[in-house]
Amino acid sequence: MKEKKTVRYFDIESNNKDENNKDQNVKVFKIKSTSKILKAQRYKQNKNIHTKKKHSKNSQQFPGKAPINPEKLEEHKRGEGLGKGVRHPLHALKLKKREHKFKYAEEQATRADILLTEDQGFLEVEEDNRTTGITQKVIADNVDITAATKIFELNLAFGPYQAKYSCNGRHLLLGSKKGHLAAFDWVTKKLHFEINVMESIHDMSWLHVETMVAAAQKEWLYIYDNTGIELHCIKKMDKILRMEFLPYHFLLAAVNEFGFMSWLDISIGEIVGHYNNHMGRTSVMTQNPYNATLCLGNSKGVVSLWSPTVKKPLAKILCHKTPLTAIAVDSRGMYMATSGVDRSLKIWDIRNLDGPLQHYKLRSAPLNLEFSQKDMLAVGLGETVEIYSNCCTQTVEGPYLRHRMAKTINNFKFCPYEDVLGIGTSNGFTSIIVPGSGEPNFDALESNPFQTKTQRKEAEVKALLEKIPAELITLNPSDVMEVDVPSMKDKIEARKNLLYLKPKKVDLTPRHKKKGKTNIARKKIIKETVRKEYINQSMEAKKILAEPEKQYVPKQSFGVLDRFVPKPKPKK
Amino acid sequence: MNVLTSLPMRLYHAEILPTIRDIHKLPRNYDPRLHPLEGPREYVRAMNAVKLERVFAKPFIGNLDGHSDGVSSLGKHPSRLAILASGAFDGEIRLWDLASRKCTRHFTAHEGWVRSLCFTPDGQNFMSVGDDKTIKTWKSEVCDEEDEEPTNTLLSMSVVSGITHHRSKPIFATCGEQCQLWENTRNEPIKVFKWGVDSLHHVAFNQVETNLLASCASDRSIILYDFRESGPLRKVVMELRSNALSWNPMEAFIFTVANEDYNLYSFDVRKLKQPINVHMDHTSAVIDVDYSPTGREFVAGSYDKTVRIFESLKGHSRDVYHTKRMQRLTCVKWSLDNKYILTGSDEMNIRMWKARASEKLGVLKPRERTALNYSEALKEKFSNHPQIKRIARHRHVPKHVMNAQKEIKTIREKNKRKDANRRAHSKPGAVPFVAERKKHVVKEDE
Repeated sequence: MKEKKTVRYFDIESNNKDENNKDQNVKVFKIKSTSKILKAQRYKQNKNIHTKKKHSKNSQQFPGKAPINPEKLEEHKRGEGLGKGVRHPLHALKLKKREHKFKYAEEQATRADILLTEDQGFLEVEEDNRTTGITQKVIADNVDITAATKIFELNLAFGPYQAKYSCNGRHLLLGSKKGHLAAFDWVTKKLHFEINVMESIHDMSWLHVETMVAAAQKEWLYIYDNTGIELHCIKKMDKILRMEFLPYHFLLAAVNEFGFMSWLDISIGEIVGHYNNHMGRTSVMTQNPYNATLCLGNSKGVVSLWSPTVKKPLAKILCHKTPLTAIAVDSRGMYMATSGVDRSLKIWDIRNLDGPLQHYKLRSAPLNLEFSQKDMLAVGLGETVEIYSNCCTQTVEGPYLRHRMAKTINNFKFCPYEDVLGIGTSNGFTSIIVPGSGEPNFDALESNPFQTKTQRKEAEVKALLEKIPAELITLNPSDVMEVDVPSMKDKIEARKNLLYLKPKKVDLTPRHKKKGKTNIARKKIIKETVRKEYINQSMEAKKILAEPEKQYVPKQSFGVLDRFVPKPKPKK
Repeated sequence: MNVLTSLPMRLYHAEILPTIRDIHKLPRNYDPRLHPLEGPREYVRAMNAVKLERVFAKPFIGNLDGHSDGVSSLGKHPSRLAILASGAFDGEIRLWDLASRKCTRHFTAHEGWVRSLCFTPDGQNFMSVGDDKTIKTWKSEVCDEEDEEPTNTLLSMSVVSGITHHRSKPIFATCGEQCQLWENTRNEPIKVFKWGVDSLHHVAFNQVETNLLASCASDRSIILYDFRESGPLRKVVMELRSNALSWNPMEAFIFTVANEDYNLYSFDVRKLKQPINVHMDHTSAVIDVDYSPTGREFVAGSYDKTVRIFESLKGHSRDVYHTKRMQRLTCVKWSLDNKYILTGSDEMNIRMWKARASEKLGVLKPRERTALNYSEALKEKFSNHPQIKRIARHRHVPKHVMNAQKEIKTIREKNKRKDANRRAHSKPGAVPFVAERKKHVVKEDE
């Protein structure tokens, strides 16, 4: 390859000068060379030579800033700037400077990617073969010993098991239908506790740290610590079918047999939202990690999104014409996978709720769906798990991996920050490796699998300080950063509504009722003032509305005889 | 079949036994998908930051007591932060060591008030003027007994009420019945500026454009002088008297005056017809004003027993300081490291305040600094959010200030309403809108 010669501005100037002297007739001014000028010239020349040398050396040693991958940059972008939307030049300049800063921050964040220590896992086969056929045994033979220990199986006696990983992926919680509850560090296989609650367990969840777990039992919700001691029995939440923990809000969200949804703030022990969803009995629920709303699927095939402060669904989509069996939402909150009893699997864009992006027909109706951190989709079909990779943006022919078991699958979860899928089955727990499913690089200040005790305590305090209030759960989480622009239309509507506004209901019973006195006069006064206020308001509104309705009535013309038409008197 | 499998390998704590002295790795990954709910989380952080700022807002550092009468004037040393000179209404001057908060020296300098104090640019001496028509020069540091006495005493023909020293030359100016210019070695003023017969009560040299000086007169005017010329340059007459004047140390053409009508006015020397900004918020006459060395902010002390800090480009104060025991302010100074504010008041005390109420004093560790910078950026980002704005703006003020604020507000509203009514019932254009900045200047003379 030919090296491109770097050209500096002073080189260009000197080249041009030479050419100019040759080609054109340029006036040459003779300057009398004094000692001072000569000295300065010599100094300049010396300096130039010096810097030139230095530059050539430096350019070899330091090639400059690392190039940026435009695709990666796109991931770090926080949206378009305002551009030329500002009128005043001073404000425009300020905005430009600020946007420059944002751009710089994005670039720096992208450049920091080269500091990441781990690469994503992968599976490579010869050209003709497909990865679908690779069994866990083959994978175990090909990986190193520590990785191979991640493939294991637990045979347990107490009926169908559910499994859940903690936020940092280090700890595993198992709960069975027959009351067996166990928590352990699945990497070192160290058991935290193992108890039998002597009731059926419908669902369980880790709380914000690995020292506390919640279990939804036959009647009520119980909270245990990591030695198996019962900390709380929450009787306000009964007969729970499904639970989800929202880590940034410290909310434990649950739906029960009667369709009541409740959000329990575990940091203060208060229920922040509790209402009936009128959707019927459903156990198909998941959270959208992007905006912390709950996605609920019902027997009519409708998926609805819920937040604790709004008693109606934020959005509803009819996904299938048959009852729903499972929902899953990916970690960026872009795609939602739903499946119905009609054996179909659909992928939706959860942000615009338009028609399905992908529509797959499967061999049997999937009973479980789960997205991994790198957007692989695990589908549970009776006794097999199929894992699809990259199935949201394009239609895939076959699964990336298939794992057959001789047991019925109850549920499964991808382990965060590991290429592992944990499957709760009818008689135990199975852990399999799915290369490339997990995020290889964790952020230690967000969730750290290698957390020490002090780090955990510190992180807990920080997380509590940054607890997001429940009112901020909305469809678009960046709402709070945007300008609130009530549209002109809304304003006009509000003014129109003023006409039909009813006077406020005022509580007329005084707080400390005086003995023997019924203050009728006072009641009358209050009623009267409220009525007057209402009349005034409505009159004002009428005025506003009446103003533009001056109709123009064309004058009747009599031709020449117009001058005999009586003139209207000028108003005084 | 040939299969190649790769999985991420993590060897963090696996091989080595953990010890107490372990420094744990904290790998970072800035991928936005690992940091969900960015908006709400930042909002909560900003809310916490602004609340903490209010929690830590304890600006009062300490007081210097020792004077047996009200403090009339303060002088700050040009090169040493710890030295402060103060004069009182009983003619006593005290020198203070601010670091240890102790009085290093005190003596009776004048009969009657010490009207004003100033240090010479080299910091070796300081001068004082008093009601006894004398200008005395004192040594800043005492080595033997002779130094206790004034090194020089000048007798003025008329009353002197203010003194200011040139930035570099051995020239200083006093004001009284007229503005007089003195040289250190001479007993007579080298120049006398006169404009009208009224007395002047404050004079200040410009520290950047060093030939300029300005004074406040009791006929409600502000007079500008160039000491190379024979007569004064310009004069602005305000509606009420200006009490003190301070030049912006960064923008040489801007000065701010503290006025009797509860406001402060920033003027541009080149355009004196109207002030470039009106700073409102005080509820009584403003007595003294001093710029911060950055020129971005200034501090004002008022007769309403509060100190307010203004940003020089904004019309309302950034902060207000008050204590139960602090009486009418007589003088304020902003320290030259931009960190402290010194105030002298009627009840014989000099108080030290932090210039930024919630700032942590002392050395900051790098992590602390980054955390503070981050929260500062967050506060700025969400500063227009109604909840955060409300918390950041809230200040508790004494009852009398609160009531006075209410009163002033009603008066202003009344005037506005009256104007609006007048406008509504007269010919269009007959009652024009007058900008606040144009209301307070009566005339400009040349």
